[in-house]
Amino acid sequence: MSKWLQDNMPKIVLAPSFIAVMIFVYGFIGWTAWVSLTRSRLMPRYELDSFIQYERLATSPRFETAMINLFIFGALFIIIAMVLGLLLAILLDQKIRTEGAIRTIYLYPMALSMIVTGTAWKWILNPGLGLEAMVRGWGFENFTFDWLVDPDMAIYTIVIAAIWQSSGFVMALFLAGLRSVDGEIIKAAQVDGIPNWRVYTAIIIPSMAPIFLSAFIVLAHLAIKSFDLVIALTGGGPGYATDLPATYMYAMAFSRGDIGQAASSAMVMMLVVFAIVVPYLYSELRTKDG
Amino acid sequence: MVRSQNQTTKLVLRVILYVALCVFALFYLMPLFVMITTSLKSLDEIRTGDLMSLPRDVTFDAWRTAWSEACTGIQCEGVRPFFWNSVLIAIPGVLISTLVGALNGYVVAQWRFKGANIFFALMLFGCFIPFQVVLLPMARMLGVMGIAGTIPGLVFVHVIYGLGFTTLFFRNYYVSIPDELTKAAKVDGAGFFRIFWSIFLPLSLPIIVVTVIWQFTQIWNDFLFGVSFSQAGTQPVTVALNNIVNSTTGVKEYNVDMAAAIIAALPTLFVYVVAGKYFIRGLTAGSVKG
Repeated sequence: MSKWLQDNMPKIVLAPSFIAVMIFVYGFIGWTAWVSLTRSRLMPRYELDSFIQYERLATSPRFETAMINLFIFGALFIIIAMVLGLLLAILLDQKIRTEGAIRTIYLYPMALSMIVTGTAWKWILNPGLGLEAMVRGWGFENFTFDWLVDPDMAIYTIVIAAIWQSSGFVMALFLAGLRSVDGEIIKAAQVDGIPNWRVYTAIIIPSMAPIFLSAFIVLAHLAIKSFDLVIALTGGGPGYATDLPATYMYAMAFSRGDIGQAASSAMVMMLVVFAIVVPYLYSELRTKDG
Repeated sequence: MVRSQNQTTKLVLRVILYVALCVFALFYLMPLFVMITTSLKSLDEIRTGDLMSLPRDVTFDAWRTAWSEACTGIQCEGVRPFFWNSVLIAIPGVLISTLVGALNGYVVAQWRFKGANIFFALMLFGCFIPFQVVLLPMARMLGVMGIAGTIPGLVFVHVIYGLGFTTLFFRNYYVSIPDELTKAAKVDGAGFFRIFWSIFLPLSLPIIVVTVIWQFTQIWNDFLFGVSFSQAGTQPVTVALNNIVNSTTGVKEYNVDMAAAIIAALPTLFVYVVAGKYFIRGLTAGSVKG
């Protein structure tokens, strides 16, 4: 191997990945950003035409529904998954004999595809044959649980399935966090006779702030990208009642032949993600250098 | 007296704790239970019985249908061909992205040169983009490259967008290996690849396992790329499952839907049960950067 080759081998090895990332991530983002500023319909056109697509998004009732849904779904999903995850982690932290088995049960949904999760919950929530029919069969004739087909409630079925899928993961994160708290401090507090719940609220939970932040970032990221679950569970319906920006984008790109709208809605999604992730990454990278 | 009262309180709390843990365990297990029992029932029994009841006459008809007869649109070959598509996509996708990620991580962590950190930051940032923003240009690019709608095309997409995470995993792992090791090897005359093959790769088994599991789960469970970039014969199993469940023709065969869902979930569930520890490590490593 020549000297030059040897000296530059690290750069040569990185080069293909670097080129790929520049084209397929940053170049593609640029392409989408450009197209989002044109009047592209079925085929991309490259003459810029100011913010026409974003104006169309802003006045589209379907996109408005999608954004409201994202907000409802995102807020409920993040809050409930975090609360439930923390609760489960604290319960499991009490020296449970069968901890391993229980943890496995809480976490397995995370191994499943969202399509599988959606399929399973679609069946359970099916009003004709699922939970509703079962409870009626028990003699509660007036029991109604038809959220799946109720336009006002369908978005909440997405929340249920998403929480079932992801709360175990939040639990795993928090459990790792609980275990990493300095045991000496906890012991000292217990020796001082401080009750267990005070140890959690005053010492352990406050020291886990970074983990809360990580969990929040991951869940928010999941929520914004949610696509498969909606497709499998409700297909965006009834009507457009459970549309999210991700399903709106897909419909515009592949069934409506409205590339301009698809591109601009994708840009909106990316801006929402970056508004959350960039400050986080920035602070992480800074503290690591310092 | 006080002592025994204390012990009674403790016992009661303990019982409540275990009851709570069991109730949650039932919540997480319920969908799996419903999926399995439904897949073993006949359609008649599904219509007359209820969601939670055990199958009276266990039948594997639904499994046979799901595997080799169910219709995904016009094609009626069950999920079998699509299952193998997923295998054909996942195996090269996992291997290539892991190998390249290992080399990238090795360079970024051990061969720091000017710009290596910028490269890493660019990659890390790329992990967080919502894929919707690259969907349209990627569809065109695959067309230009002549691999649109093919399995190599999907492998390519998964490798490109998996690189960020695999690089991250290996970089974080290799950063903790002291660079004296590399320096000493260099003094002894070992070159770039020699050091990688004989020193770093043998040390990497744990992180290789984590990365392979992470990538396998991501690729196997993917739906967005599968549905966007495949055509009738090359769809992955998640897309086929969705097509079976949401095809509107004829009688809805819920037992077949559930059997197909379990088949689509089996590989990742298997990995989770066999290597759950590494699965969790991958999940947390992907979110809480070390």
